[in-house]
Amino acid sequence: MKREIIFLSAVILTFILAGRINSQVVNRNQPPLLPPPSALNLPAIQQFVLSNGLKVYLMEKHEVPVVQLNVVVKAGIADDPAGKDGAASMTAAMLTEGAAGKSSLEIADAIDFLGARIYAGPGYNYTDIALHTPLSKFNDALRLLADIVLRPDFPANELNRKKKERLTNIMQWHDQPTAIAGIAFNKLLFGSNYAYGKPAIGSEETIKGFIPSDLKNFYDKYFNSTNSFIVAVGDIDKDNLKKDLEREFGGWKTGEANNNKLHDAPQVEKTTVYLIDKPAAPQSVIYIGRIGLPRITPDYNAVYVMNTILGGSFSSRINQNLREKNGFTYGASSNFSFRVAAGAFTASSSVQSEVTDKALSEFFKELNGIREPVSADELERAKNYVALGYPGNFQTVRNIAAQLEEKIEFNLSDDYFNKYISNILSVSNQEINTAAQKYIEPGKMIVVVVGDKNKIEDGIKKLNLGELKNLSIEDVLGKIPQID
Amino acid sequence: MKAVIILFLSYCIALQAQLKQISVPYTRYILPNGLNVILHEDHTTPTLTVNMWYHVGSGYEKAGRTGFAHLFEHLMFMGSGHVPQGQFDKLLEAAGGDNNGSTNTDRTNYFEDVPSNALELALYLDSDRMGFLLGAMSPKSVDAQRDVVKNERRQSYENRPYGLAWENIYKNLYPEGHPYNWTTIGSMTDLSAASYEDVVDFFKTYYTPNNASLCIAGDINPEKTLELVKKWYGGIPAGKPAPPIEPPAAKLTKEKVIVLEDKVQLPRLYMAWITPARFAPGDAEMDVLSNIFSNGKNSRLYKRLVYDLQIAQDVNAFQNSNKLSSEFMIIATARAGHNLEEIKKIIQEEIDKIKSQPPSDREVQQAVNQFEAGYLDAMERCGSFGGKADLLNSYYYYTGNPDYFNEDISRYKELSPGDIRAMAQTYLPDNGRVVLSIVPKGKLNLAVNPKEEGK
Repeated sequence: MKREIIFLSAVILTFILAGRINSQVVNRNQPPLLPPPSALNLPAIQQFVLSNGLKVYLMEKHEVPVVQLNVVVKAGIADDPAGKDGAASMTAAMLTEGAAGKSSLEIADAIDFLGARIYAGPGYNYTDIALHTPLSKFNDALRLLADIVLRPDFPANELNRKKKERLTNIMQWHDQPTAIAGIAFNKLLFGSNYAYGKPAIGSEETIKGFIPSDLKNFYDKYFNSTNSFIVAVGDIDKDNLKKDLEREFGGWKTGEANNNKLHDAPQVEKTTVYLIDKPAAPQSVIYIGRIGLPRITPDYNAVYVMNTILGGSFSSRINQNLREKNGFTYGASSNFSFRVAAGAFTASSSVQSEVTDKALSEFFKELNGIREPVSADELERAKNYVALGYPGNFQTVRNIAAQLEEKIEFNLSDDYFNKYISNILSVSNQEINTAAQKYIEPGKMIVVVVGDKNKIEDGIKKLNLGELKNLSIEDVLGKIPQID
Repeated sequence: MKAVIILFLSYCIALQAQLKQISVPYTRYILPNGLNVILHEDHTTPTLTVNMWYHVGSGYEKAGRTGFAHLFEHLMFMGSGHVPQGQFDKLLEAAGGDNNGSTNTDRTNYFEDVPSNALELALYLDSDRMGFLLGAMSPKSVDAQRDVVKNERRQSYENRPYGLAWENIYKNLYPEGHPYNWTTIGSMTDLSAASYEDVVDFFKTYYTPNNASLCIAGDINPEKTLELVKKWYGGIPAGKPAPPIEPPAAKLTKEKVIVLEDKVQLPRLYMAWITPARFAPGDAEMDVLSNIFSNGKNSRLYKRLVYDLQIAQDVNAFQNSNKLSSEFMIIATARAGHNLEEIKKIIQEEIDKIKSQPPSDREVQQAVNQFEAGYLDAMERCGSFGGKADLLNSYYYYTGNPDYFNEDISRYKELSPGDIRAMAQTYLPDNGRVVLSIVPKGKLNLAVNPKEEGK
């Protein structure tokens, strides 16, 4: 149905224009001056409540006929019952394994045939059951989503299958240096009894112990209309969505809101280096960090910009130093995980084994350096990168839904999106410096290195960063799981 | 001065009846220096992308210089005649922009995703490296990125479980001298050998406006954008036509059984065939077949190996489509206690089955539905890899027509189950494929047995 037409008149017109332009002299000695950025005009966030109290947030977006609809339940990894690590994660995984009398294969077949996708996965404090579908399949897909969320069956045979799959995942972590480093870092930083310190799927022991009632109990406690909300973004209007949701979710039982509290984990008091031997590894995986700060804090914007300068962009100090200046790595970065309770500050990279000590030394140089005042130029660049790039987060329905979810989960103000750019641009040099002094303490860090001990241990010792402890992969991950 | 020789206006894409109609209107120009320019308007957000394709990839490399096209891609971010080293990224970040590039066998692509007010900055930076890269290049900057790329190879291949599978597959699938005989990342030895003179030569041969295609999509005014494109790119002289590559014929006439040991817990099986090139007859059939084999719990290989028998942890079939030819691959990881002969036996049964009996209408329709849904998702963004600008450039490169969206989808919609069977019969021969086993160190008994060759 394509039309291909050559407009002769247009060709002639453009000829004339072209002549004029090419008579200009192009001055390349300065980058061109840019006009001011355009404003980001977002559609309004519409809200309504279903008859059972379920709150719904909608942003209409009509350019492409697709819909993203996320059911968000306020319960996650942090709500795993004692001795049942992995319960939230397994509950989410089991939702699509049998519901409303339909089998795992029947559910998969129905979703796949629509060309829709349903993904159920737990975060630390919230579980997302996300639907992404062409608009033309929305009603059928929504019915399936409602089956999965409201009427899961938790069949025992599927649970046994998922258990084997997850035990095999744990087995495969033993092969993966980055997985080992990440799991070790969280465990050593937060402790394995704390929500952020353990793998989401639990351990060999807890996975093997699950029976359907464990998951059913978790589900019954938290999955209700009072403890949940829905975010919808896409080519659908409020009246239609309300009608559709009332039909499919209006009957979801009410219940209690989750009031579990998660307190911050205790802070790191001295630097310890953990060396995990991976013989003959050509690279060392490095994680350095400490406990950061919760999402809701007045320091959020300052910390975000400060980290952008330190290791949050390609031009950041850590990447420029370790990659561009020294060629130690393909990439190096730093990050703050912003969660309900204080998450981790992490600086990380995979570096060539031979330069592990030098890379660590450069990391610490940058961690110390960021505590000094930054130049106005560097601050300006980081603020612009974050603020002016912000509209890029609002292109796809999936990304917009993620933004809306964050706003609701953390109860951000109604004008949060609209004020974000000016809030970032108003961060001052002094605030950056205060944030760095407060949250980056190079003398009190956990350092995890996964690499070839024979090649790297002596060099690391000579740095005198702190006490050096040797760990095995089994110390971190446990023995290779036995799977029947 | 003669500037514009062609102007196409094209309104494409009428998706099938139940989907709302979508159009990707574009305008196309060719500058006197041969630069192909494609413009597309989308005002959803105040952002735009500048997407540049150079029609060169690892398939154009010389013997002893594998990995060079990709190393060169890295050098394109190291500064140019009027942009000091480091400023490319700094200036873009200061405007709120992101950028990246990627290399495959056929082409090298670059994008700058920026707020729409920063259009001219992106054009300035991108045109400066097209016109004046060598003005900033030195043996030192080549060395710096050589180290980075070697670490990319360590990170993504050598220090990653099963990471050396690819170079072993391609080395065996294609004959020596064929452009697809080696991987894009290249070998450590060749990366060490790349010289400053190679950089100069490669740049002059392939990084010419007449060997490139520029797509700008997003919140733009096409007339003003064209003026700016002419301003920044118009003065860059055309180069000689890039020499075409002349590959030797690639046809496997036996089953090559290879075994590698790696530091892994579980054995993994790779089966690979040479299949029709991107958009050639048979390419779409192999895409649909890969979907029928491994997409979703009910797909044939997943259901048998992972769901029913539970002897595999994962299975993945895909058609990797490229300009000269494609590869169809099936990859499966055995569960503990199972070996790759068991896995191969089931896969072979399913290959035999599809050759003897066409798939069901529903299986084909499901694949088509999923491809259509994926296409809709691609309409949501202009920038980055796989956004609308990248697709317009991709269609232009592979078909000569940027507006190939409708033809692309029609390829799938027009297929019958019998077509799938026919192509499986033609392109998945038992005696023309590579079978690679990667097994835990010392566990050669878990591999597919080479004695079965020619069975």
